[in-house]
Amino acid sequence: MNNKLGKQTVKINDVGIISSAAIVGEKEGEGPLADSFDIVLPDNEWNEKTWEKTESKMQREAVKLSLTKIGLTTENVDRIFSGDLLNQCIGAAFGLRDLDIPYYGIYGACSTMVEGISLAAQVVDGGFADIAAAVTSSHFCTAERQYRNPLEYGGQRTPSAQWTVTGAGSAILKKGEGDVKVTHITAGKIVDMGVKDANNMGGAMAPAAYSTLKAHFKELNISPSEYDLIVTGDLGKIGAEILVELLQKDGIDISPNYKDCGCMIYNIEEQDVHAGASGCGCIGSVLCGHLLPLMRKKEIKRLLAVGTGALLSPTSTLQGETVPTIAHAVSLKTRE
Amino acid sequence: MTYLNAFWVGGLICVVAQILIDKTKLTPGRILVTFVVIGVILGGLGIYDKLVEFAGAGATVPIVGFGNVLAKGAIKAVGEKGLLGALLGGAQAAAGGISASIVFGFLIALIFNPKSK
Amino acid sequence: MQYSKKEYLDYLNQKSPNSTIIKDMVCAFLVGGIICVIGQAFYDLYNKALGMDEETARTAVSVTMVFLGAFLTGINVYGKIAKYAGAGTLVPITGFANAIVSPAMEFKKEGLVLGLAAKMFVIAGPVLVYGITASAFVGMIYYIIGLMGGSI
Repeated sequence: MNNKLGKQTVKINDVGIISSAAIVGEKEGEGPLADSFDIVLPDNEWNEKTWEKTESKMQREAVKLSLTKIGLTTENVDRIFSGDLLNQCIGAAFGLRDLDIPYYGIYGACSTMVEGISLAAQVVDGGFADIAAAVTSSHFCTAERQYRNPLEYGGQRTPSAQWTVTGAGSAILKKGEGDVKVTHITAGKIVDMGVKDANNMGGAMAPAAYSTLKAHFKELNISPSEYDLIVTGDLGKIGAEILVELLQKDGIDISPNYKDCGCMIYNIEEQDVHAGASGCGCIGSVLCGHLLPLMRKKEIKRLLAVGTGALLSPTSTLQGETVPTIAHAVSLKTRE
Repeated sequence: MTYLNAFWVGGLICVVAQILIDKTKLTPGRILVTFVVIGVILGGLGIYDKLVEFAGAGATVPIVGFGNVLAKGAIKAVGEKGLLGALLGGAQAAAGGISASIVFGFLIALIFNPKSK
Repeated sequence: MQYSKKEYLDYLNQKSPNSTIIKDMVCAFLVGGIICVIGQAFYDLYNKALGMDEETARTAVSVTMVFLGAFLTGINVYGKIAKYAGAGTLVPITGFANAIVSPAMEFKKEGLVLGLAAKMFVIAGPVLVYGITASAFVGMIYYIIGLMGGSI
């Protein structure tokens, strides 16, 4: 059984996403997708003493919720793939430590949701697990203090800056079941176009999304019109525009059916988020809370989800390094 | 009149920093450091006090004025105590502001918590 | 990729929106100016009404402004003004207080010693390091000039 279709793309034979859940923060609950999410936090603490604990709790509750929705418990899950933005991925490790599920910690910055689904789908399809979960989260307050400034520091955000989503998403994958099938996966390569500005992550990540999308279309020999919707998460306004232009130069037009999760979750102008949203929890919650349910309702039948991540750290930025970026893609199809 | 001068001089110093923020890659931290060192140099040359005379708080409240205080303190202490004064003077003259920052900073941080936006 | 790294950076630069510099400058000017006017009002209060000498009054103004900056940071107001005012709230000494209080508050959860106290100067520390070092150099230069018989 050779499922390798190209250097980057593999075929998944029969794995479906059988359930998903999304939990978001207050601000996301005021955005255009508010009704899509399972839980909107009453405040950004959610009865926890630290924001790190809040973020962990969001991951944990998202997993539990996605399982209870279909009458499963953590007992039924063989593998869980999870990561977040925090140093040493403590959001995932601390959140999931009591779930008693074999755990692989992953890091793909904002691409983590798609990375997790990619790995879970391959493990399930290969017969190494019956049920696997992919989870991720981000929290505005934990990300700010790690990557940027204290919350009360009087700084101005640049127009290209993106707002970290407070949100978590969990998807449960199983062989042979589920209304939404994972059909193909394209693994991304690390791309670095020399961008140093940590406040322009969309601009830094667009080339990675471009590289992965090109490989996906080429290795599957398909065009963007194959999909009802192509989503990236999260390039923001600037990055999304650049991605469309980069592909256009190669004669590939994604503009008619393309959206970016970073531009979907907030009312960009009213909620004053500058270039849009970012963070693992952005595509995590938009995919698990909004897009997958739409697929289950068959309002979207073919979806290409591209998770994009900026693999920088505050240390690398201070040391003047450029921003390495990545994009992973999963191709999803409603089961006929 | 002092109020008007304080307003436009203080405002203008801030505008210079704003242009640096928007137009260069300098981070706010580096701009503050640059400003305080400029204040020390202008204070050392005895120029900044002329601005203080003209604009009052418009010159003393911006961080440049803090540099001026440091420089003047060091110069004065050198006159009184010799070389050791170079080390004593600056911090001595700025002690009020620095200690206030530490003490108020400590107390405020103890009492209040940051709010997520 | 159709672009070399350099070409991409140029392209990205051109795609990225510029800061709204005119609006930023106006806000910085107004807020920075107003903060200085408040400082001047306190100076007049201390110097004229309370009869402090000039130097004491200036120190008292600094202390007052630092308190105001710290307090407004504590009640979650300073950051909100700063969002619009930019350098107008950064450059006055109130901004120095904000730079001290905000990390102290933020990292209180990591403890009162290694969190609150240790992180207090992560942002504002460099100002003291460079300011005090520069002042020591100025002092030394004056000392040397003095030794050479120069007059100050």
